[in-house]
Amino acid sequence: MSANDLAANASGFKQQKKSRSEHLRFRLKKYWPLYVLMMPGLTYLLINNYIPMFGLFIAFKNVNYAVGIFKSDWVGFKNFEFLFGTKTAYEITRNTLLYNGAFIVLNTVIPVALAIFLNEVRKNLLVRIFQSALLLPHLISMVIVSYLVYAFLNMQNGFMNKTLLPLLGLDPVMWYNEPEYWPWILILVNTWKSMGFFTVVFYAAIIGIDKEYYEAAKLDGASMWNQIRHITIPLLVPTITVMVLFGIGRIFYSDFGLFYQVPLNSGALTSTTNVIDTYVYRALFQLGDIGMSAAAGVYQSIVGFVLVIVSNWIVRRYNRDNALF
Amino acid sequence: MDQAVWRTVSHTVLVILSILCILPFILLFTSSIAEETTIIRDGYTFFPKDISFDAYDYLIQNSKMIVRSYGVTIFVTVVGTTLSLLLMSMLAYPLSRRDLPLGKVFAFFVFFTVLFNGGLVPTYLMYTQLFGIKNTIFALIIPNLLMNGFYVFIMRTFFATTIPIDIVESASLDGAGEFRVFTSIIMPLSLPILATMGLFQTVNYWNDWFNGLIYLTDPKLFSLQNVLNQIITNVEFLAQDTNSRRTFAQLPTLTIRMAIAFIGIVPVLAAYPFFQRYLVRGIVIGAVK
Repeated sequence: MSANDLAANASGFKQQKKSRSEHLRFRLKKYWPLYVLMMPGLTYLLINNYIPMFGLFIAFKNVNYAVGIFKSDWVGFKNFEFLFGTKTAYEITRNTLLYNGAFIVLNTVIPVALAIFLNEVRKNLLVRIFQSALLLPHLISMVIVSYLVYAFLNMQNGFMNKTLLPLLGLDPVMWYNEPEYWPWILILVNTWKSMGFFTVVFYAAIIGIDKEYYEAAKLDGASMWNQIRHITIPLLVPTITVMVLFGIGRIFYSDFGLFYQVPLNSGALTSTTNVIDTYVYRALFQLGDIGMSAAAGVYQSIVGFVLVIVSNWIVRRYNRDNALF
Repeated sequence: MDQAVWRTVSHTVLVILSILCILPFILLFTSSIAEETTIIRDGYTFFPKDISFDAYDYLIQNSKMIVRSYGVTIFVTVVGTTLSLLLMSMLAYPLSRRDLPLGKVFAFFVFFTVLFNGGLVPTYLMYTQLFGIKNTIFALIIPNLLMNGFYVFIMRTFFATTIPIDIVESASLDGAGEFRVFTSIIMPLSLPILATMGLFQTVNYWNDWFNGLIYLTDPKLFSLQNVLNQIITNVEFLAQDTNSRRTFAQLPTLTIRMAIAFIGIVPVLAAYPFFQRYLVRGIVIGAVK
């Protein structure tokens, strides 16, 4: 409470009221342009992000376009019962979690190693060349990635079946029909596409480490390995925590393009390529089953939200500075 | 000794992985300039025996669809990125002002959109039923791409940390209103963050295919990514719009596929050396919360 407010308090109710409204008028006069600046952006978020949140109720309706969404019958948890009554619910949850688990591990281990290696490169030009090459896949769309993968895996003309496998004396593989290969393919593609991004993140963190630590370690005769183990890695932990936290917070979401475009939406592969996002999409657009699609979407939103909050809470308890919020 | 070994290992690993990152692009290119019969015989290959630009010839002669989709992509990217930078900086700057009444409430309003969303079904139904966005150019610009709460926070941090509050205060003492301060002081000072976010949004708009996939059925509005998306499983799509005298069976479809994908990434590859540095800087800024 400021001195002004105290004075107002002391000199009675009427005057307080007047000074407050004057204060408000002053603040409005001073700040209204800032609120006007924010208006378009806030309106967009209200429409694009908040209205759909209220749309979660669709999952509890039996949507009938003839009468409109609002007038459709409420069906309680029927849509969820149907969703979890199928084998699909288990399959998409398992796939989503396993893939994201693998991505979190690989997108930490490989980029941290690469960042440490990159830090050993002394020539700036070389650093830039390596960064450019590693980041190139990060820049292109999943549609283009699907073409690149297709050039390798096309069953009649792909590089794998026509060149590499014969060279190794192996039989051609019907890549787009055989689901058992896809966990490896998708993990490989994801690592290929995103390792450059994470390498840059960790490399920036390493660059920020005070050089004096290393000087001191060298004077004490510490080997390179020991320097990495006892200086670089511990000082990378905050960055790694934030990145892993992001990953865990998003563990119920997947890159729709990776799981839809790269396998070319092949129906034969769904046992290993179907994740929650592709299921929601297919249920809505290919099966026209709004109820199931909305139910899966709500399942994803709620569990995903709880996971962010819980993982952040755990990190906060353990080290406040490393938490996201 | 120890250090020399480390350095050799580092360089070797980095060289190998860098090559692995680039190889698929090379395969795409070499396959696109191969003779169709070579591909039928040898498959997509790094070393085509016979070179032919037949696929590019065809694409250039029958380029109506490609030129149009390029036009759509460029239009959407330019308009989308400009609008998006405008909206995001106009929101981020007031949020960066610590003296703004209710600033925290608005910041939370933005932050919550990063944590939670309604998902595809309500979003799709709202945009199609309520706003009738289906098969309009707005479908490629507005849904989900225009603003990103995370980017707004990056910009807010930039404004809060790099723009000295004294400048703002002395300007208002000189009688400049908040709008004047924003347009003639804040904006010029924030070129670095505008460049970074502009680059990110340009890439996002250039690469987006999802909005086209769900909101467009009319091929006339397809962006380049949407055309590519159709062609990979259905080359015939390209022939819809052809004025070629050749029948479809005579087309070098195997190489055309690779050529059109290559045409799709040429601008990205060509511009890459110029913005590589900003890209790295942007990733670093984004990673530091």
